[in-house]
Amino acid sequence: MTQAFTAQRTLVAYVEDRPGVLNRVASLFRRRNYNIVSLTVGRTHEPGMSRVTLVVEATPDVAQRIEANLYKLVNVVSVEDITDVPNLIRDVALVKVATDRENVPLGDADSVRGAVCRLAEDYRARVVDISAGALTLEIAGRLEKIEKFVDALRPFGILEMVQSGVIAMSRGEEGRAASHKNAARDPHRAA
Amino acid sequence: MTAAAQPNVSVAESTKPAEPAPEAAQRLGAEVIWEALIREGVDVVFGYPGGAIMPAYDALSKYPQVRHILTRHEQGAAHMADGYARASGRVGVCIATSGPGATNLVTGIATAMLDSVPMVAICGQVPSHLIGTDAFQETDVTGVTLPITKHNYLVTRAEEIAPTIREAFYVARSGRPGPVVVDITKDAQQATIIPEYSDVPVRLPGYRPEHYPSESEYVRAAELINAAVKPLIFCGHGVIKSAATQVLLAFAERTDIPIAETLLGLGGFPATHPLSLGMMGMHGEAWVNQAIQEADLILAVGMRFDDRVTGNLASYATNAKKIHIELDPAEIHKNVRVDLPLIGDAREVLQVLLGRIRPAEHTAWRQRIDELKGDSAVRDIQDMPDNGRLFAAHVIHDLWQLTEGKALVATDVGQHQMWEAQYYKHDYPRKLITSGGLGTMGFALPAAMGARFACPSDEIWVVAGDGGFQMTSPELATCLQERIKVNIAIINNGYLGMVRQWQQFFYGGRYVATPIVSPDFVKLADAHGLQGFRVTQRSQIPEAVAAARACETTAIIDFRVEQEDAVYPMVAAGSDLGKMIRRPRFDGADHNPIYETGKDK
Repeated sequence: MTQAFTAQRTLVAYVEDRPGVLNRVASLFRRRNYNIVSLTVGRTHEPGMSRVTLVVEATPDVAQRIEANLYKLVNVVSVEDITDVPNLIRDVALVKVATDRENVPLGDADSVRGAVCRLAEDYRARVVDISAGALTLEIAGRLEKIEKFVDALRPFGILEMVQSGVIAMSRGEEGRAASHKNAARDPHRAA
Repeated sequence: MTAAAQPNVSVAESTKPAEPAPEAAQRLGAEVIWEALIREGVDVVFGYPGGAIMPAYDALSKYPQVRHILTRHEQGAAHMADGYARASGRVGVCIATSGPGATNLVTGIATAMLDSVPMVAICGQVPSHLIGTDAFQETDVTGVTLPITKHNYLVTRAEEIAPTIREAFYVARSGRPGPVVVDITKDAQQATIIPEYSDVPVRLPGYRPEHYPSESEYVRAAELINAAVKPLIFCGHGVIKSAATQVLLAFAERTDIPIAETLLGLGGFPATHPLSLGMMGMHGEAWVNQAIQEADLILAVGMRFDDRVTGNLASYATNAKKIHIELDPAEIHKNVRVDLPLIGDAREVLQVLLGRIRPAEHTAWRQRIDELKGDSAVRDIQDMPDNGRLFAAHVIHDLWQLTEGKALVATDVGQHQMWEAQYYKHDYPRKLITSGGLGTMGFALPAAMGARFACPSDEIWVVAGDGGFQMTSPELATCLQERIKVNIAIINNGYLGMVRQWQQFFYGGRYVATPIVSPDFVKLADAHGLQGFRVTQRSQIPEAVAAARACETTAIIDFRVEQEDAVYPMVAAGSDLGKMIRRPRFDGADHNPIYETGKDK
């Protein structure tokens, strides 16, 4: 089979903003043994509607079945696999790096702080908090970019980090709000 | 109505607030439950009362048009609703209290889920202010049933009861059907409201039960079908669910394509029709499985290529192009990669295809399948010797003949289920009721009891093993109390037969935990005020069957069959479909008279 390769695929789903809906989505992935890389959910400009961004490890075939299975959840309004359309994919990470002498064998606090700031500039990260012994950086971008940034920071000593999970949107002028997607389009015909 | 009684409505009066219709008067939430059910056409429910559902039970006394069947265990209630739904095509309803009542439904709900049976289960729940406090008899029922329902609801306000029940019925029966749980808190049942009932069709923003193949897909399908030399049609459960039996018959006859059935597809195509080959899969006919491996086109209708049907996927039907007519898009390419999915209702899709395919004759292909039958085609075993012993195959075969193939048969799970599938030839849809997907032992008796309410004039037989029957046999008391008449054939071999067979084939003959002691089933019947009969020889079958049929009440026949007989042929789990364990050939020794010979073809 030519489609057997597994890759990260990004799905965007609109779901009714009701108690328990996220549980239904998560439960589906668990019981069908689908591998979640990232799952985020939040409200949109449309009342009563939440937008879920899912990143999964899957072959295109499996991704299509995930889509079909998501549609079987009554509270799921629409699903789209935007992996292969021009897209914006963003994750936000906060990384707290040690700059005090005891934790850092790389030099004094000032030079460490300078090195971390230069690295942050290179990666277009921002310093969002400064304390005597640590710097906290905020970076937004694709997962790979964040991973590289984190790897670069590792030698300084990472005290703590957190990622928001991936959010995604297609590029271009086409609106993909839930109300646009509610037309009776069958995703399995398109594929 | 007399003229005097007619309201004299003036213009002025009509602008006043309308007199509330009887339906719009104040009601308890508990009363709304029954009114909402009645509006969905419900006239029978199967259930068991308890604390959190007591308001609903109390209100039931006001609605005599709903018959309530008191079961002996909530699992029985779920299976009865299931059997009712499978036999009728309508939504079956069961009802239970919170906590253990609801969890006892779980096996029955999962059974319905795996076989796509429309069912609504109403559960009581602790009062809403106690939810999450581990209150007495509190279980997170929507959480527990989430993965085994098509959808479920927690209702905490009386106002939500009517719209939720309406939506639940719509979801349960539309598209690919399935069970829906409606969990209603006790305070919602006790609240007084003015209910609003809607007749507007339910519309859910994301729910898409209907699908239609595209024009180009129909064109391609017709091309593939017209070009096929060795085609096969698979008849699955979807054929029965979408009432596609007639159009499938017309389709098969027009194209001269032989048909193989899945277990749940039995009856979707007449078994005695010359184009019907029989069941496929693990215990399917040998020639059917061989034909599948040789076919160049498979038109699979309303089935899901279950592992019990395919065997080893890597070697499954590699010569065949596959067209998959299926309503659920999530089934496409799930187990078997197909060449052309036609996503839609089986009856509608077949109807369109019927107008596009050319009449054909596949004489050579059918001859080839006859060849495959060869000397292995033993299905009519009527004249085979029994040497004074009793074989399950004989029991089923004779039952088929004595009932002229017209009975509704509910089976449990195991050897007897496979023998029933092999030897009782179902010519009509919805007359075989069996747990195919989940394989639930204990299903047969309650499912048959539920079917009784769907088919009041049918002859109904339960075919169960001695093991499974004991799982739900307390429902015999329900038969007595509710005056439900079914006939029960217990295929009693003193073992959990299918497990024993696997132990024989795959576990070195170590019969661990499979010998099973049963009560005296004749006395058990007697203890329930029912009649029981025992059969130990084939010659006694007609008399016992006649006696059971003549009983006004439920009757049990205890068939003491050969203890270590096995179901043949058998494809070992995960093996190539064409590689079957066959019944040992006749070797002159008197150990097993049911040999495969060509004479019985």
